[in-house]
Amino acid sequence: MAPLLAVEDLHVDFDTPTGRVAAVRGISLTVERGECVAIVGESGSGKSVTARTLVGLAGRGATVRAARLDLAGQDVRGHGPRDWRRVRGRLAGLVLQDALVSLDPLRTVGAEIGEVLATHGIVGRRERAGRVTHLLDEVHLPEPERRARQYPHQLSGGLRQRALIASAIAGEPALLIADEPTTALDVTVQAQILRLLAERRAAGVSLLLISHDLAVVAQVADRVLVMRDGRIVEHGPTARLLRSPAHPYTRQLLAAVPSASSRGHRLAAAAVGRDGGVARREALPARPDVRPDDTLLDAVGLTRRYGDHTVVRDVSFSIARGETLGLVGESGSGKSTLARIVAGLLAADSGAVTFEGAPWSQVPERVRRPLRRRLQLISQDPLSSFDPRYRVAQVVGENLDPDVGRGDRRDRVVDLLRRVGLGPDLLDRHPRQLSGGQRQRVAIARAIAPRPTLIVCDEPVSALDVSVQAQVLDLLADLRATDGTALLFISHDLGVVHHLSDRVLVMHDGAVVEQGPVGDVFTYPRHDYTRSLLDALPTLVTTGRPQEVRP
Amino acid sequence: MFSSPLRAAARRLAAGLVVLWAAATAAYLALLVAPGDTVDTIVGDGADTPQIRAQIIAEWSLDRPAVVQYLDYLRRLAGGDLGRSYLLQRPVVEVIGEQLAPTLTLALAAAGLGVLLAVVLAVATAGDRRPWLRRASSGVELLLVSTPPFLIGVVLLSVLSFRFGLFPVSGDQGVGALVLPAVTLALPIAGLLAQVLRDGLDRALDEPFVLTARSRGVRERTVLLRHALRHALLPAVTLAGWLFGILLGGAVIVEQVFGRPGLGQVTLTAVTSKDMPVVLAVVTLSAAVYVAVNTVADLTYLLVDPRLRRS
Amino acid sequence: MTVTLAPATIDTHTPHPSTPPAPTVRRRRWRPGLLAAGAYLILLVVAAVWPTALAPGDPLAADPLGVLEAPSAAHWLGTDHLGRDVWTRVVHGAGHSLTIGLAATAIAVTGGVLLGLLAGLTHRLADETLSRAFDAISAFPILLLALLFIAVAGPGTVSLIIAIGVATLPHHARVVRGQTLLVRRAAYVEQAVTFGLSRPRLVARHVLPNVIGPVPVLAVIGLGEAIMIAAGLSFLGMGPQPPSPEWGAMLSEGRNYLQVAWWITVLPGVAVTATVVALTVVGRHWQARFDGRQR
Repeated sequence: MAPLLAVEDLHVDFDTPTGRVAAVRGISLTVERGECVAIVGESGSGKSVTARTLVGLAGRGATVRAARLDLAGQDVRGHGPRDWRRVRGRLAGLVLQDALVSLDPLRTVGAEIGEVLATHGIVGRRERAGRVTHLLDEVHLPEPERRARQYPHQLSGGLRQRALIASAIAGEPALLIADEPTTALDVTVQAQILRLLAERRAAGVSLLLISHDLAVVAQVADRVLVMRDGRIVEHGPTARLLRSPAHPYTRQLLAAVPSASSRGHRLAAAAVGRDGGVARREALPARPDVRPDDTLLDAVGLTRRYGDHTVVRDVSFSIARGETLGLVGESGSGKSTLARIVAGLLAADSGAVTFEGAPWSQVPERVRRPLRRRLQLISQDPLSSFDPRYRVAQVVGENLDPDVGRGDRRDRVVDLLRRVGLGPDLLDRHPRQLSGGQRQRVAIARAIAPRPTLIVCDEPVSALDVSVQAQVLDLLADLRATDGTALLFISHDLGVVHHLSDRVLVMHDGAVVEQGPVGDVFTYPRHDYTRSLLDALPTLVTTGRPQEVRP
Repeated sequence: MFSSPLRAAARRLAAGLVVLWAAATAAYLALLVAPGDTVDTIVGDGADTPQIRAQIIAEWSLDRPAVVQYLDYLRRLAGGDLGRSYLLQRPVVEVIGEQLAPTLTLALAAAGLGVLLAVVLAVATAGDRRPWLRRASSGVELLLVSTPPFLIGVVLLSVLSFRFGLFPVSGDQGVGALVLPAVTLALPIAGLLAQVLRDGLDRALDEPFVLTARSRGVRERTVLLRHALRHALLPAVTLAGWLFGILLGGAVIVEQVFGRPGLGQVTLTAVTSKDMPVVLAVVTLSAAVYVAVNTVADLTYLLVDPRLRRS
Repeated sequence: MTVTLAPATIDTHTPHPSTPPAPTVRRRRWRPGLLAAGAYLILLVVAAVWPTALAPGDPLAADPLGVLEAPSAAHWLGTDHLGRDVWTRVVHGAGHSLTIGLAATAIAVTGGVLLGLLAGLTHRLADETLSRAFDAISAFPILLLALLFIAVAGPGTVSLIIAIGVATLPHHARVVRGQTLLVRRAAYVEQAVTFGLSRPRLVARHVLPNVIGPVPVLAVIGLGEAIMIAAGLSFLGMGPQPPSPEWGAMLSEGRNYLQVAWWITVLPGVAVTATVVALTVVGRHWQARFDGRQR
C-alpha cells in the first residue's frame, strides 16, 4: 500500500523584494498510515514552510516544485484553490503553536470547531452542536458543553491547545500536521498535549510533528528528520538517530541540549567531538571557590501584590559571592516579578533585599544609585532593552564607568565585544541588523562593562535556538569563571538551570517550594511540585529505545 | 462575569459625561475670554438697546459672582435651554431645532454611503489577490482624503448638474437634491475609512488564526468576511466619534456649496454676525453628539470583542 | 580528555538565515510618486518665496477687457471675472496658504509637544487633568472649533492661524503624550535605570529623543491637514479677505462663475489637493522609514 504522504524533491522558493530566497531545497519524506514522523530543525531551517506547503498554504510569493507530492493517493501538485479546500481539514489537519492566536479570538471555541463541520458538510446543522461536544470530549476538555460556548482567552493554555486540536481533527483527516504544538506551554501541560497527540496516533491518525525540540519529538516520533537550511541532513528511526547520530549537525544539536549530564562542560559545537560513538565534551574552565558564608545578596520575606493577587509570597534566599543561583518556575510563578525586585526596578510590598552589605530595596533610588553598577540585568529580549537610536558602540559604551576618557571608550568597547566573542566590525552596526545570538552577546557585553558582582539573568536564552543557546550558556560560564561574577539565573527550562546553577530555587504560585543544591533538588525532589515538573520533563534518552508515552 | 460589562458600560458613560461637561466649560470660557465687554459679545450684531442689555445681564447672571454665572450656565444647559439669539430675537433651541433635520439627514446619508463604500473598497482590495486594483484604490483614497470637500462638491456640481443636468443645483427638495451633497460628504470619509479598514484586514490576514481557518478548507471570501473583517472593524469603530465631527464640520461647507438649508447655514450666519449664543449652542451640541457617538462606539466595542469583557 | 571538532561549524559573525530580515529601510527602489511629490513641494516653496520667478505678473492686476477667458497661451490657466490671470494668482497664493499652514502647524506642534510632554512626564494628576482637557477639546469638530474662535476674534489671517493651531493642538498633544508613556515604559528605559542614571539624565538621554524623534513626521502630515482646513475656512470667508490671492478665497470667488468658467474655481482647488497629497506622500514615506528604524 502506498504511503499516506509521499514527498520527493520538494523545493519552495519565495520571491522577496531583495530577490528569490530558497526556503526548502529538495527534501523527500514519507509518512505511512498510523506513523508519526517528526521534522526537527532550528529557526530558518524551512520546517514550518514544509508543513504549510503540504496543505497548500506555503504563503505569499511562494513557488512550489516537487517530483512527487502525493497525499492519500492524490497527486496534489496541480491542485487549484478549490481542490486544496477539499484537502484541507479533510485529508490533512493543521495544528499551530499557541491557540490564543491560532483560534479566532472573537469567536467561541464551538464556532471554530463547527466551522470545519460546516465547511465540509460533515454533519447536518442540527447535529453540529452535539458533534462539537463529542470532539471536545475526545480531546479531554472537561465540561465540553460549557467550554464550547467560551472564547479562547477564557481557557488556559493547555485547554485551548486541546480545543485547537479538536478543530483540526473535526474533519477526521488521516494526517495531522502539528507545527510546534507544545512550544510556549509549560512542561507539565506540554506532557499532556504530547500524550493527547500519541492518543490520536493510537486511534489510527498519522502525525507529522514539526519541532525545534529533539527531546519533545523523541517522546512520540517513530522516525525523525533533521532539517537545516532547507535540506534534510539526516533521518532515521528515533532511537537510532538519538543513539548514534551520523551527521555532525545532529550530533551538535544533541550535544547542545543542556541537562544534568552536560554540567561542567561546554555545549557548543566546537567543544564537542565523537570518540568511539560517544560524544565527548570540553570541560568548562575552573571557577574560584564559592564560600557559602560570603553573602553577596540577601533577600528576606519578599512579598509583592497586584490588587488582591499575591504574585510573590514571602520569598527568602541568599546568593554568595561568585555563586550561580538558579530560579525555575512555570509561567505565572512570579519569577520575573522577583527578578525585577532583585534588580531594584520594582518595590516589594514587604521584605527587604540587602546587597553587598547595604540596604538595596526599600531605600530611595538616590541611595541605591551608587550601588547600581555592581548589579546588572540581562533580559530575554535584548533588542527591546537597547535604545532604538543606538548602535552597538553606544549600547555597550553607555554602561562604561563614567570616568573612562573619551578616547579610551571605543577601545574599551572593542575589548568588551571581544570578550563576548564579537568582532570590532559590529561597533557601528544597529542591533536590529544582528542575529538573536549576537544581540544577546551585546547585552552581556553591556552588563559586564561596569564589572558587576551580580548579574540577574531573566530567561536570557529562552528566545534562542538550541545551538545559539549553547554558545551563550558557554559564554556565561566563561565570564563567571574569569570574573567571579555571581548569577541569579532565571529560567523555565530545568535543563538549562541544572546545567549552569550551583543551587536552585523552585517557585510555584509566587512561593519558593523548594531550594537547595541543584543536584539534590533535581535528583531527590522533596516537594510534589518539583517532582511533577521533573516527571513532565521530556528527556533525551540517547541509549536504548525512546521513552514510550502511553496514551 | 455578568456584572463587569455593566460596570464597564457605566464607567464609559461617566467618562462621557465628564468630557461633555469639560467641553461645555471650554465653550463658556471662549465667551468669557473674548475681547471686550461680555454683553457686547452676546449682543453681537443684533439690536442693542438698554432693555436688551438688561435682559442679557439677567439671563446670563452677569451681575452676580463668576461662580454663580458659571453654575447658572451649566444649569440652563442641563435643562436644555441654549439661550436666546438677540439677532434673530428667538430662543436658540428653536433656531437650531428647525434646521436640525436637513443636516441630520445629510450627515446620516453621507455616513451610510461612506461606510458602505469603504467596506466594499477595503474588502475588494485587501490581501494580495489583486495588486493592481489595490494600488489604484490606494491612490484614489489618498486623493479623496486630500481633496477639500468643497472642491469635490464644486467638481460634482459643474459636471453632473451644470453639464449633464442630472441633479438639481441647489435646495433640499426631494431625494435628488440630497444625492450630490451626500456623495460630496461621503467621499473623504470613504477614503479614510477604507485605508483604516484595509490596514486592519491586512493585519488580520497575517494572524495565525487566519492560517488555521484556511487550513480547515474555508473559502477565501469566508475567511475575509467571517474572520478578518470583524478584527478590521474594531479599530474603525473607535473612529466613529471623530467621523461625526468630520461630518458636522463638512456639512457646514457642503451646505454652503449646494445652497442647502441646515445647521451649517445657521452656524455661518451666526459666526459672521457674531451671534454668540447660536455659535456656542452649535459647538456644544456637536460636542454632545461626539460624546454620544463615542460612548455608543465604546459599548459596541465591548459587545464585539469578548476579550474586553473581562473585569 | 577534550576532543575538538576541526573548524567551528557555527559562524557567529554571519546573521542567522531567518533572523533579521533585510531591513526595508535600506531598500532603494524607484519611487515615482515620492519623486513627483518632492518635485512639487520644491516648486511650491519657490512659488512661496519667489513667486515672480514663476509668474512675473501682478496677481491683483485686473483687465476689464479680458474677463473669464479660457486657458490659452497668454493666460495658461485663463482669467477670472475681473480679468486677473489665474496662474499668477495661484502662484502668488502659495505663499499665503503655506504661511498660514506653517504658522498654524508651528503653534499646534509646539503646544502639542509641550503639553503632551507635561502630561506624559509629570504627575499622574497633571496627566489626568490635561488628558481630560484634550478629550474635551477633541470633542469639538475641528472646523467648528475654529469657527467658534473666529466668531470671538473676527475673521482674518491671524485669527485663521490661531484658530487652526489651537483646534489641531490636542491631536498632537495626545500623540506626544501617548508616545511619552510608551517610551517611559519601554524596556530600554527600565534597563537604563540599572546603569545608575539619574532621572533627569534618563529623561534627557533616552526618553526625550525617542519622543521627539517622530515629531517632524507628525508635523509634515499635520501641515497638509492645516492647509486643507485653512482653505475650507477661507472658502467660507473666514480667512484672508477678497482681493488677496489665497486659494480657498479664490475658490469662493470663482464659485459664482462655475457654469461659465470652471478654471477659476477648480485650479486653485487642484493646487490645494496637490499640496496635501504631496505632503502626505512625503510624510508617510518618512514615517515608514521611521517605523522601520523603530521596528
